[in-house]
Amino acid sequence: MMQKAKDKPPNLGIELAGISLKNPVMVASGTFGYGEEYAELVDLNRLGAIVAKTITLKPRLGNEPPRIVETASGVLNSIGLQNVGIDAFINEKLPFFREYDVPLIVSIAGDTIDEYVQLAKTLKGEEISGLELNLSCPNIKYGRKFMFAQDPKTTHQVVSRVRKATSLPLMVKLSPNVTDISSIARVCEEAGADGVSLINTFTGMAIDIESRKPILRQITGGLSGPAIKPIALRMVYEVHRAVKIPIIGIGGIMTAGDALEFIIAGAEAVAIGTGNFVDPLTPIKVIDGIREYMIRNKIKDIKSMVGSLQCRKS
Amino acid sequence: MVQIDAKILVNEGIGPQRHKMALYAPQIGRQAKPGQFIHVRVSNNFPPLLRRPFSIHRVEGQKIEILYKVVGKGTEILSEKKRGEYLDILGPLGKGYRLPSATSKISDIILVAGGTGVASLLFLAEAISVANAELSILVLIGAKNREELLCEEDFRRLGCRVEVATENGSRGYKGLASDLLENYLPLSEDRPKPAVFACGPSEMLKRIGKISRKHRFPCQVSLEERLACGVGACLGCVVKAKGSSYTYKRVCKDGPVFDAGELIW
Ligand SMILES: Cc1cc2nc3c(=O)[nH]c(=O)nc-3n(C[C@H](O)[C@H](O)[C@H](O)COP(=O)(O)OP(=O)(O)OC[C@H]3O[C@@H](n4cnc5c(N)ncnc54)[C@H](O)[C@@H]3O)c2cc1C
Ligand SMILES: Cc1cc2nc3c(=O)[nH]c(=O)nc-3n(C[C@H](O)[C@H](O)[C@H](O)COP(=O)(O)O)c2cc1C
Ligand code: FES
Repeated sequence: MMQKAKDKPPNLGIELAGISLKNPVMVASGTFGYGEEYAELVDLNRLGAIVAKTITLKPRLGNEPPRIVETASGVLNSIGLQNVGIDAFINEKLPFFREYDVPLIVSIAGDTIDEYVQLAKTLKGEEISGLELNLSCPNIKYGRKFMFAQDPKTTHQVVSRVRKATSLPLMVKLSPNVTDISSIARVCEEAGADGVSLINTFTGMAIDIESRKPILRQITGGLSGPAIKPIALRMVYEVHRAVKIPIIGIGGIMTAGDALEFIIAGAEAVAIGTGNFVDPLTPIKVIDGIREYMIRNKIKDIKSMVGSLQCRKS
Repeated sequence: MVQIDAKILVNEGIGPQRHKMALYAPQIGRQAKPGQFIHVRVSNNFPPLLRRPFSIHRVEGQKIEILYKVVGKGTEILSEKKRGEYLDILGPLGKGYRLPSATSKISDIILVAGGTGVASLLFLAEAISVANAELSILVLIGAKNREELLCEEDFRRLGCRVEVATENGSRGYKGLASDLLENYLPLSEDRPKPAVFACGPSEMLKRIGKISRKHRFPCQVSLEERLACGVGACLGCVVKAKGSSYTYKRVCKDGPVFDAGELIW
């Protein structure tokens, strides 16, 4: 079908928690480095936004290798938040982004609530578009076993304390390793979050049967990739019914079709993680594919797609 | 670094489970240095999901070659590709071997190759002989048996001396390539040291690293780790290296070639 010349191109732009995005396709934390690693291969200016690798107060060395292994249509990783630390991030990594016209969302994590607050304060006044709290880290107050994101009370505390410390748009990244992700999302909304990113990786493992050893040095790791997409989608669907703040859908997105599923289920934007490893052009292909879908279906504005799921009447 | 759809010009068996593939990739060939690799998407479906890395074996005009062994699903799919098909590849990636400068005080060059480790070392031997024809190159190749021995003639054709070790003794010395290196040493103190370059199984590299420490000669090793992104973004492929206490370096970006002395094995 020919598009008539007078037809306006479809609008992919969105306002996400106060950040203007050219399109709803972002790249997920930890899978796109600090942006510079992919700059030779991907036109960064075309991305909806970049979420940088999670930063902590002090540099972290990360976990002992092996850190990564492929499983059926997925990847297990246990990087252990290796990062350069907030000071080096601001001095050495941030200047790179000044050359680009793409919103940068900075992901932060701490061992304690105070560390999250301190990170948010340190980033005040920097040229960034928003913060994402990575709550998939153990809260050392309760020992190494529990992530912040697994406890509604701690989640509430950390989100409300960071909320008071920053005026930047504030996303909270949720862990799927919980029994009821909607209740955690609701807690984030109550505590003043501007949006929720879901999901981070599922805890999993893989074993070498010859040596009977776990393949990852840390024994367990986080599962990502197409293997987790149906569960991630279900979680976005549930959370969309539970909160009013925008959702960033993440988990196994490889194609425009995958991204559209998340948007129909209720995500305002999506982020691509493992898909970048498979094909660095995945985000670009997803953007182009969404546009083609909209032209084909005569959809003028991407916003009209969000949460447009048509459930059968019972 | 570029991402291209490269046409397969040749994909043929050259030994048991061993194949050579030539790809039309002038953009990559022009930039490629010995020790660098390409990251190959073997299938548009998954599994296998992630790309698979292969050292650049040769550059000839517009084409690049890789040499690979079938060890799993990804390499099996690769071995079934036909001439004329296209492969999505990224490259050249990583930091390759540092070539000895014309003025460096070394007696000669020793290349130690285990298994498919010959792949990157042949490219290196070519580059060294072009850059500095005076240097003599000794190549020590190790393989399980004579059938699995690769590239012996290619090295000879470049004018290298070649010695062979097989684990079952079916060809050359019975034992490991690292044994050959040890037999060649120790050198007298007043002789200039050789520069050693090694690529092969990690056990072999570890042993060669130890030998180089003991005899104090410069040694570069090319490591293999499981990769995901291949471009330095995911931090999945690290090895332990010396730092103030220690640090982690990325095989795909800071390597795959490292000075043996900077690694903590
Ligand atoms: C920089 C670099 C250069 C390389 N160059 C070459 C080359 O020139 N020629 C060549 O033949 N190969 C090369 N390799 C190795 C090659 O990439 C792997 O053999 C290939 O990815 C295997 O894919 P597969 O799907 O066939 O096997 P898989 O199904 O992925 O694995 C087969 C078996 O090997 C194990 N395995 C895979 N990778 C590792 C690892 N890193 N450590 C321990 N066990 C592992 C798996 O657990 C499994 O048991 C290189 C690797 C790197 C990192
Ligand atoms: C190697 C790797 C590193 C990651 N590092 C981080 C991180 O530092 N912070 C974070 O919030 N999420 C991190 N993630 C999770 C991703 O951002 C994403 O939530 C998850 O992988 C699911 O999306 P995917 O299936 O598209 O990969 C990482 C994922 C991978 C595979
Ligand atoms: S494979 Fe991703 S950093 Fe090396």
